[in-house]
Amino acid sequence: MKLLSGNEAIARGAYEAGVRVAAAYPGTPSTEILQNIARHYPGIYAEWAPNEKVALEVGIGASLGGARVLVAMKHVGVNVAADPLVTLSYTGVNAGLVLISADDPGMHSSQNEQDNRYYARLAEAPLLEPADSQEAKDFVRFALELSETYDTPVILRTTTRVAHSKSLVKEGEPAEPVNKPYDKSFAKYVMVPANARNRHRLFEERREKLRQVAEHTPLNRIEEGDGRIGIITSGIAYYYVKEAFPWASVLKLGMSYPLPVELVRAFARQVEHLFVVEELEPFLEEQVAALYIPVRGKTLIPRTGELSPADIHRALMQDPYLAGVAREYDNAPASPPGAQEEISFLPGSPPDPAKEDLVTGAPQHAPLPARPPVLCPGCPHRGLFYVLKKLRLRVMGDIGCYTLGGLPPLSAMDSCICMGAGVGMAHGMAKADPDSAAKTVAVIGDSTFIHSGITGLIDIVYNQGASVVIIADNRTTAMTGHQDHPGTGKTLRREPTKALNLTKLARAVGVPHVFVVDPFNLAGTRKTLLKALKTPEPVVVISSRPCVLLGPVTPAPVPLNPELCRGCKLCLQLGCPALSFRDRAEINPYLCVGCGLCAQVCRKGAIGKEGGR
Amino acid sequence: MSAITSTLVAGVGGQGIILAGKLISQAAIAAGMDVKTSEIHGMAQRGGSVTNHVRFGNKVFSPVIDPGEADFLLAFEKLEGLRYLNFLKPKGMVILNNQAIDPLPVAIGLDAYPEAVESRIAARFRLVFIDAVSEAEALGNLRVANVVLVGALARFLPLPASSWNEAMAAAVPPRFLELNRRAFTRGYELAQEVIRRCQSCGILK
Repeated sequence: MKLLSGNEAIARGAYEAGVRVAAAYPGTPSTEILQNIARHYPGIYAEWAPNEKVALEVGIGASLGGARVLVAMKHVGVNVAADPLVTLSYTGVNAGLVLISADDPGMHSSQNEQDNRYYARLAEAPLLEPADSQEAKDFVRFALELSETYDTPVILRTTTRVAHSKSLVKEGEPAEPVNKPYDKSFAKYVMVPANARNRHRLFEERREKLRQVAEHTPLNRIEEGDGRIGIITSGIAYYYVKEAFPWASVLKLGMSYPLPVELVRAFARQVEHLFVVEELEPFLEEQVAALYIPVRGKTLIPRTGELSPADIHRALMQDPYLAGVAREYDNAPASPPGAQEEISFLPGSPPDPAKEDLVTGAPQHAPLPARPPVLCPGCPHRGLFYVLKKLRLRVMGDIGCYTLGGLPPLSAMDSCICMGAGVGMAHGMAKADPDSAAKTVAVIGDSTFIHSGITGLIDIVYNQGASVVIIADNRTTAMTGHQDHPGTGKTLRREPTKALNLTKLARAVGVPHVFVVDPFNLAGTRKTLLKALKTPEPVVVISSRPCVLLGPVTPAPVPLNPELCRGCKLCLQLGCPALSFRDRAEINPYLCVGCGLCAQVCRKGAIGKEGGR
Repeated sequence: MSAITSTLVAGVGGQGIILAGKLISQAAIAAGMDVKTSEIHGMAQRGGSVTNHVRFGNKVFSPVIDPGEADFLLAFEKLEGLRYLNFLKPKGMVILNNQAIDPLPVAIGLDAYPEAVESRIAARFRLVFIDAVSEAEALGNLRVANVVLVGALARFLPLPASSWNEAMAAAVPPRFLELNRRAFTRGYELAQEVIRRCQSCGILK
């Protein structure tokens, strides 16, 4: 048995299922799937695609070409890949294809928390929801077999707490890699209307067959408990239910679409009161309710954010009948404490009742300072956003580490919608309000630009816009943990490859002015941006510096002369974690990597004078 | 019902929290237990507040610990120790590292770092307060501060020494093994000293 994360287990599952091709674009919480495939299973061809749509299209081609395929992305990535996904459901596959959708309830690292189970209904594709790493691994193989048997893509949906939780996994033997011969078929693979109509008609039959699978697969099971309370659940919520109400009857759905309606009916007959516990949307609940089965769910359980055992307990205890049953069990002795020995410790001074909160008994203190994520010391984005702030520009932002440039003290981002949005938005804003063009810029990372900024840039050129598009080029996909992309000159397996030249690309699509700046040079960056904003034609500014985590800037921290510091706090406006203030500015020598921005900002010459940078 | 031991490891991105969680979970596996852990990647790792949930016992369902459910809070940073205090059971224990890292709102003067963190914690929970950074410095490598803290925690976890040895060998590269073993032992001794002090002061039962 090995302790694996859900993502490590999915990679293992791909190997055991004989997958030969895997493609993805990085995105939390899905990123480690492809990284683990690349690291541990050299027999699988694995690539970072420029975006999720391309990743899925590579997957479709590989499936037609005869290889079992795994394609992985975060939930919002499926929006990008939705176009091929839905029609893939019409054509079906040759060798099996599984699409991993890694959802992020609670938005630990995402811009929304959409529930991608709806894509299974939209695309009419079967849906698997593992609850732990063992299931994550096993379900990959099941998905691929299902895909081949029923000629359909299969969606395997994880959530952050499945993808990034670790649990014990029993590894299996790998299958022989699948190699299915390709058969040319105009009727099956060319989705012109006449063919697509025929393919769509097959959905009814396929859905019914898949429902039969769902009715009988061991992935869906009833765990009999106290028959007065029955709970239908799927994914990580299953374990939360087991934790909160270990005595209840449970219908655990591992294959949750198509809904096994007979199994649901049978379960409903067995229990007196039926509940559905699921994170986010009432995906299962509404389907159960549509069977005219009385059920409660989202009237009790929040529809937003992550759940936990305590959340579920609190929510369902609002139901008076369930609360009555639960109390019978809650009177049982509680579990013994984890520590086996009882050691008493000398407490501090006894709590002063006058200083305690009367309701909770907790001492009254000021709320704790937040610890928001920050741009790292030496981050190249800092200099760029400092200049944007000083120039008081409207900044149409994008998805990446640089989104943190929107937080105080830099506060230099006006919008962040989705990958690539800022480029089109800057253009649209200028068309709506031509006077704003001279003070509006788009800021987009290198990986994000390649993902979906290029078409927006072409739009600016084509429609005679004059926007300034700043590519914050740090030569990596930083936020998700430094993945390579077409601009880095390295593949997923770190093999050398041709690097996309952003300057040449911008020129090739017709951008007349391309400037390159070093964001560590504040004056130079400012001067170039002012020039760009005055230009009545499209401009691309490449803010060029590798991510500081790829290698420190200089080994030496920036020196500071406290005698000269006048306490103006200008340097603190950089929002650098290495800078703090107690009467005078202070530089933490363990955090400072010597980028020298603070020395450029300081007007008193207190920073960066005695040697060093 | 089987006993589950829940440890919440809390700190700031980059402090070695993931390795600490790995050591605890590997030790539990070596002791033949079921284990689940949960951690958060992505944006929070950029210097934000991070946690690693570790639960072990005969059969573990949820990988996450709810507020009021943790037996132990292993806090790598003082403010983060305060922040996650509500995760502890009433009789829970805090292993607290004597390290303060200013979050950005404090560093730029918009907020104040809380005062008297140790006594605030000690007023409500059993506290083992350890200067892991100094201890690691004395051992010759700042990066083993996390293992000093795990060593202190190990004094209280229901896991045998042999399991910790196995865990160390599984989670630490061979060339750092000796150093990490010394760090672990030092943490364990420090916790032992705290117990001795508390027992000798005579106020305890």
